[in-house]
Amino acid sequence: MSGGYIAQQIVNGLVLGSMYALVAIGFSMIYGIIRLINFAHGDIVMIGAFVTLGLFQTLGIPFPVVALAVLTAGGIIGIMIERGTFRPIRGAPQVTGFIASLGISIMLQNLGVMFLTAQPRNFSFPDYLQRVIKIGAVTFRTIDAVIMISAFCLMALLMFLVHRTKLGMAMRATAENIDMARLMGININRTILSAFAMGSALAGIAGLMWGGKFGQIDPLLGFVPGLKSFVAAVIGGVGSIPGAILGGYILGLSEVLFVGLLPPVYSAFRDAFVFVTLILILLILPNGIFGKRIEDRP
Amino acid sequence: MLKIDDIHVYRGRTYVLQGVSLEVGRREIVALIGANGAGKTTLLRTISGLLRPKKGKILFQPDSQSQEIDISGASPEQIVQLGISHCPEGRGIFSRLSVLENLMIGAYLRKNRNEILDDYNSICRVFPILKEREDQAAGSLSGGEQEMLAIGRALMSRPELLILDEPSLGLGPIVVESLFQVLSEINSRGVTILLVEQNAIMALDLAHRAYVLETGRVVLYGTSGELAGNEDVQKAYLGGIV
Repeated sequence: MSGGYIAQQIVNGLVLGSMYALVAIGFSMIYGIIRLINFAHGDIVMIGAFVTLGLFQTLGIPFPVVALAVLTAGGIIGIMIERGTFRPIRGAPQVTGFIASLGISIMLQNLGVMFLTAQPRNFSFPDYLQRVIKIGAVTFRTIDAVIMISAFCLMALLMFLVHRTKLGMAMRATAENIDMARLMGININRTILSAFAMGSALAGIAGLMWGGKFGQIDPLLGFVPGLKSFVAAVIGGVGSIPGAILGGYILGLSEVLFVGLLPPVYSAFRDAFVFVTLILILLILPNGIFGKRIEDRP
Repeated sequence: MLKIDDIHVYRGRTYVLQGVSLEVGRREIVALIGANGAGKTTLLRTISGLLRPKKGKILFQPDSQSQEIDISGASPEQIVQLGISHCPEGRGIFSRLSVLENLMIGAYLRKNRNEILDDYNSICRVFPILKEREDQAAGSLSGGEQEMLAIGRALMSRPELLILDEPSLGLGPIVVESLFQVLSEINSRGVTILLVEQNAIMALDLAHRAYVLETGRVVLYGTSGELAGNEDVQKAYLGGIV
């Protein structure tokens, strides 16, 4: 096995990991602030992919504009989910939130099947995004580079927002102690909504990337990135944004390397491997890599 | 400045405050004493808007020129804006935020950066340790330092009325002594204080007036001197010796 081959696998893993990381961030931000997992989060990836398909391929709007529109669309869906589902049941037992978001997930998938049919659609980017670039032994398409670089920039932007702005400070305070945040005069409805909007915007853009990477989309596609990114968030320590990013890359890299380095007969077990990774990490670090013990919020 | 008129508060199904009335005058220090479970914390949480009374009124007059406002239905955000700052039991500092961020978040609703900076500097003069540790995570501070941070943060909203819930909890006697000294200074600069305190001796020493709460009702009130001289209060809260 040559060094070039391994380098190639690492690049592939980073591309996949970038997408997992972007989706995992949303799981973690939302859990961090309301202590609930939004099971409909993966379906925002699907919506992002279809919005891209509609705007870019059908309407032919330029790529950067589409990317902004997809971010916005993801954010709006997140806001709608929060306003429509999580806010009315705030204060209810955790299980209510889980079931409700599972319901939203099933609803979004079925609405997708209803209006878009379950038939997979081809998702192809124009040639300038498909061009193959070769650096040494490593080859990748322009879209792969776009995925890695834009994921990195978005994460840097998010870290800036969360750590360097007043809204970010309010969000971190709300995540730590919701009553205390209110006593500071923080409008917690707004901070919670911001966490949903930001996390969901990233999931939306991950949908654009997912379609570009795999070339085919259907209304049920959100399940796999949703589940795996959830695993990534748990590996990193759910509630922690750096943890979600790290978890996403660990998962993407280990999944690709598993398939790439072991004999081909094992490649069908890639998903099993994802969960073995999860179990092993949780056995050693029950709260995930960057996880802190977080109290349940009544 | 604060008039509480016969409020009834439930927590879940428990009938905690069964008709409490009290008054805090401008620039006063008023102490609230009573056994555990008497409803002291519930009363403070109701004033700051975290709990809503089933019945009764809470009237607040932000400054001597303004009208009295019924704040019993207002949100915590509105109440902070009006000038009531609540420093809760257990301090409630944001342990993962830095010391500086904790103080700045106390001024969350304020806009004027220069004034905020002035207040920050004056709080650092009172508690120099906070300036030294401004970049540290607040969770790494000692208990006494955390209490200073919590009080400093509460002052960053430039409150008219400062509500303190058990500031001495878990602190050593020397730290408590200096903390109460600071409270008295804060009061002399014009901030009204409503204080819940388990250490009744110190509370009565600091406060001008006090109320005794028992199972959700005010059973006794008066000036600190009167209460300290009261036989029942001595027996129940001052350990029988004064």
